[in-house]
Amino acid sequence: MNAVTRIHSRSVALADDNIDTDRIIPARFLTTTTRAGLGRHCFNDWRYLADGSDNPDFALNQPQARGCSILVAGRNFGCGSSREHAPWALLDYGIAAVISSEIADIFRNNALGNGLLAIEVAAAEQRWLLAHGGIELTIDVAGQYIALPDGGRITFALEPFARHCLLNGVDAFGYLLQQEAAIAAWEARQAVAA
Amino acid sequence: MSARTLFDKIWDAHVVSAETAATPATLYVDLHLVHEVTSPQAFDALRGRGLRVRQPARTLATLDHSTPTLPAASDGTRRYATAAARAQVEQLEANAQDFGIELHGWDSDARGIVHVIGPELGATQPGMTIVCGDSHTSTHGAFGALAFGIGTTEVAHVLATQCLLQRRPRTLAVHVEGELAPGVAAKDLILHIIGVLGVDGGTGHVIEYRGSTIRALSMEQRMTVCNMSIEAGARAGLIAPDAVTFDWLAGRPQAPQGAAWEAALARWRTLASDPGARYDRELHIDAGAVRPSVTWGTHPGTAIALDAAVPAPRDALDQRALDYMQARAGQPLRGSKVDVVFVGSCTNGRLSDLREVAGLLRGRHIAHGVRMLVVPGSESVRRAAEAEGLDRVFTAAGAQWRLPGCSMCIAMNGDMAAPGELVVTTSNRNFEGRQGQGVRSVLASPATAAASALAGAIADPRDWLAASTEQAA
Repeated sequence: MNAVTRIHSRSVALADDNIDTDRIIPARFLTTTTRAGLGRHCFNDWRYLADGSDNPDFALNQPQARGCSILVAGRNFGCGSSREHAPWALLDYGIAAVISSEIADIFRNNALGNGLLAIEVAAAEQRWLLAHGGIELTIDVAGQYIALPDGGRITFALEPFARHCLLNGVDAFGYLLQQEAAIAAWEARQAVAA
Repeated sequence: MSARTLFDKIWDAHVVSAETAATPATLYVDLHLVHEVTSPQAFDALRGRGLRVRQPARTLATLDHSTPTLPAASDGTRRYATAAARAQVEQLEANAQDFGIELHGWDSDARGIVHVIGPELGATQPGMTIVCGDSHTSTHGAFGALAFGIGTTEVAHVLATQCLLQRRPRTLAVHVEGELAPGVAAKDLILHIIGVLGVDGGTGHVIEYRGSTIRALSMEQRMTVCNMSIEAGARAGLIAPDAVTFDWLAGRPQAPQGAAWEAALARWRTLASDPGARYDRELHIDAGAVRPSVTWGTHPGTAIALDAAVPAPRDALDQRALDYMQARAGQPLRGSKVDVVFVGSCTNGRLSDLREVAGLLRGRHIAHGVRMLVVPGSESVRRAAEAEGLDRVFTAAGAQWRLPGCSMCIAMNGDMAAPGELVVTTSNRNFEGRQGQGVRSVLASPATAAASALAGAIADPRDWLAASTEQAA
């Protein structure tokens, strides 16, 4: 995983609450056996019209949204299915960070594990960010704040281990594998108890 | 030691390395369930690092999501929706072989939806930690197991280390007291609870369902309740095991036998929250107030009684949901024209669900213009249903009887509805496009689904249940 320390981009806002992972990546695209190439189906049924052309009403299709890598979303983003294809699709599309007042548990784990910065801010700040979609934001992972164009800052919480992994470009797999002795000892204790 | 909740007891017993400020707990996983959709990239991750599956005996795989529910062609060819679906299934077959994992594939008489077969095989047991790359893993909590869904990266972690990194979640007790009225199902109860909690009311929490109503539920009903915990945002739902649980598990192929069974019972009987144990939150539900329920919107939190008026929109999002569903505020859903009825899924694809549906369909025919799919949750459910003649009841009534799988719950195997069609479904999610692009999904109990198929419109099962009783008399 590449280190994620700072993300600078204009924001794009999707104000809907409860954007579920089926909407992020519909199930019919889950028959893939790789992680690659899901970006073209990200938000597929919202983003494209029935004839395959871009839906002009969809926020990410607006000219000013092109190239934006920070998504500000309504509450409970990523609810529903545990499909990791959702963060894979967002990353492949070009989204590097998702900001909401609430992010669903499984999605947040999946996102952070792939270097997609999924962060929660207070509801009032989320509403402000939604109302000001398109402004330039800089997310500082180490400092745990979002810098606004006027110099203001919005702070966010970040689970310390996820923060460590993001800043150092390491993943949890290596850490778990290093625990081999503890795992083997735990298994041995269970075998004795049984 | 201070009073502990059921969750605390299971969690504490599985901590390999304790949580610190800097690092989550390392939690041991007793049972890892695997299916074809969320595992290929995880096996590739193991290959990339030259790793093996640490505990093949704690890993159980099946084929359920991408599999066709229509029988194979006469030459044995499976009718997959796409070449990709076939390739995905073949990938799991190859991975199971390469990594030495037991796969309940096409040739297994135990194949089925992962959350149906775990319990059927007795692989799901009280006190276990159970994970799967599937959010409805919460189903197994019905046995007093801590069971939750994970992503594919974590699937790789568990395959390789049998462990997961986890922060301790908060606990939420849902106390349900009183009797469910006749014609009111476990599905109605959980839809009601989600309606009260909200679609994100359980986020960050593990729910423990408690109270006299829960104790009175059968094992299959408890699975229906725990299955939908994730629809309120809770990763896991738990019910303390009791005699109902033990009777259901006794004699199952992977359940302990003989002296080991007695030892297991002694251990399992300690799996209840201690008197005075504290939860982070508590919610009280009056079971007597629950009526047959349906969803009017595009997430499970929009559950209402089927004879209650659809609420007035509070915001643009509600209006969007009303528009998508072609629902009218102020009007009940009862009476809305139905195009498709789906009976099945890990929520309601077990034998008792099929019996309930057959009880209403017996001697009747579904309404003209309605397409109805009945999809058993597993091969075992299919055999039991066919032995009772339920399949003939369904086909005589005009419904299609299919092979086991997730089918129209996730609609990735070719079983889906057409844009604009209204589906009354016994599954768990009514998200936009969940059952096909532009499809309008209404969550309901098996009895409501059956009554709606007969009426050709969303119908109250109690009306048809009364008629069935008269018919029988």
